[in-house]
Amino acid sequence: MTAMHPETISVERAPVQRSRGHAANVLRRLLRNPVAMIAATVILLLILMAVFAPWLMPQDPFATSMLKRLKPIGTEGLPLGSDELGRDLLSRLILGARLSLFMGIAPVIIAFVIGSAIGIFAGYVGGWANSLIMRCIDVLYAFPSVLLAIALSGALGAGIVNALVSLTVVFIPQIARIAESVTTGVRRSDYVDAARASGASALLIVRRHVLGNVIGPIFVYATGLISVSMILASGLSFLGLGVKPPEPEWGLMLNTLRTAIYTQPWVAALPGVMIFITSVSFNMLADGLRSAMEVKQ
Amino acid sequence: MTGYLLRRLGYALPIMLGVSFLCFMLVHLSPGDPLVSILPADASAELQRQMMQLYGFDRPLLEQFLRWLWRALHGDLGTSIATSRPVTGEVFRAVGNTLMIAVLASLIGFSLGSLFGFVAGYFRNSWADRLASFVSVIGVSLPNYWLGMVLVIVFSAQLMWLPATGAGPGGSSDWAWDWAHVQYLILPALTMSFIPMGIVARTVRALVADTLSQEFVVGLRARGLGELGVLRHVVKNCAPTALAVVGLQLGYLLGGSILIETVFSWPGTGFLLNQAIFQRDLPLLQGSILILALFFVLLNLLVDVLQTVLDPRIERG
Repeated sequence: MTAMHPETISVERAPVQRSRGHAANVLRRLLRNPVAMIAATVILLLILMAVFAPWLMPQDPFATSMLKRLKPIGTEGLPLGSDELGRDLLSRLILGARLSLFMGIAPVIIAFVIGSAIGIFAGYVGGWANSLIMRCIDVLYAFPSVLLAIALSGALGAGIVNALVSLTVVFIPQIARIAESVTTGVRRSDYVDAARASGASALLIVRRHVLGNVIGPIFVYATGLISVSMILASGLSFLGLGVKPPEPEWGLMLNTLRTAIYTQPWVAALPGVMIFITSVSFNMLADGLRSAMEVKQ
Repeated sequence: MTGYLLRRLGYALPIMLGVSFLCFMLVHLSPGDPLVSILPADASAELQRQMMQLYGFDRPLLEQFLRWLWRALHGDLGTSIATSRPVTGEVFRAVGNTLMIAVLASLIGFSLGSLFGFVAGYFRNSWADRLASFVSVIGVSLPNYWLGMVLVIVFSAQLMWLPATGAGPGGSSDWAWDWAHVQYLILPALTMSFIPMGIVARTVRALVADTLSQEFVVGLRARGLGELGVLRHVVKNCAPTALAVVGLQLGYLLGGSILIETVFSWPGTGFLLNQAIFQRDLPLLQGSILILALFFVLLNLLVDVLQTVLDPRIERG
């Protein structure tokens, strides 16, 4: 569009136009990537399923029945079988999308905000404050993610909030490190020096120059993190550290159905299929996003 | 070199101190009085005060930490509340069991991952590349606790080829390297190998593709070196980084084995952690986390140093 009407662009508006152009280019490349588009469609469908769960569920996901325990896939009225308490598995998988997606996505979003803030602050301030903050971040980073998540949830005790807090703490250092390194690079650049010399305040420089550079890489990284977060969050519930019964959540369902692997193996494996589909979709979307952004550097 | 070693060590020591502090704080993170889990519910105020003094909970936090650290440095991580045995011994026995599956898993992951990655990087953008990349995405996206369940369903419940859980026919106490025991290792190690396989495949693919595009490869070919000779050079160039990646993965496997060990009832660190969490055995939780995390930091250090030794081109600033 800009190429067709170059005379309409005023000098002042040029940078705004350019940044919008970059985002549009990334989006255009992403739309042309079939794998990423399939992944995005799957994610959208899962989110829609979670939102409209109450209308989609064929049965009450909490209604137990001793007579209908552990029915196989394809039983009449129970298309995906039933769990160890006779509850309709299809309904529970649909409603389970709510908590599972929430537990997977929320920690990444919170860590995205807090981690970027810490990283940008440390990178922009520099000096000893940077060293102090980043060494603390390094300590958290020194733990393998699974171990840190389990250590924190184990100490805090089971529950949704505690699991969210632990996962957020696990992801903050990873995001803060990226934000810090990008910010440090930007702070040393000539155009920031020029902006500072022309009297721009720190807040303005961060908003105008730093944020634009930092958001891209972190956004790609965070999209990939959602896949990890889904697996970890469901893993915590699988261990009994996350969501508590009778709430349906895929990891917890996998845990309670574990005893049924000899009687109804394929019913027992179903919640894991959902976790896998979600995590692989987020991974493939992140891969697509990464290559779409890398073309133009 | 010595300078680099000292600098690297100087960086690792504060990290280790920080990691220890965090592990120490785990007990204070948990809700309620740290004494609740030790004392009977109807303990008198007098008994409570005595125990507070005995465990040193009435002293300032920093003093408590330093005392705890001092004892930890002497190999004393306290006593397990559930078993009344020293935590250090319990953890090291479990670490040995976890190492068995983690090392085997790293070996499987490294060999298969390198193979996939090499083929993908060598035949870039071919169907083999796409297949290998697909396999590696699957590898890192699989919830391994679920993969473990599926493998148990297929190989134990349906085919009845391999045992489902445990570490040997007689429990965990009498491990021996014979088939009766080793067959218990196969499924957990296979399950555990998927993530390192995916990550090694990704890394090796990028490394091989990058090396092949460098000018010295063109030079080698121009000098009439056969394809096998070129490959030898590529392998030599990629090996240090690939080994470093798998070395770090071993650390992740050790720390992250809890889910897989729960699925297979494998008597390693994960199983111990599970026990510590659900019996609210805080000294055991603190001790196992500390040892696993320190092991990870030391492994990082070792991998870094080894990489510098193996690949003299790497300059450390």
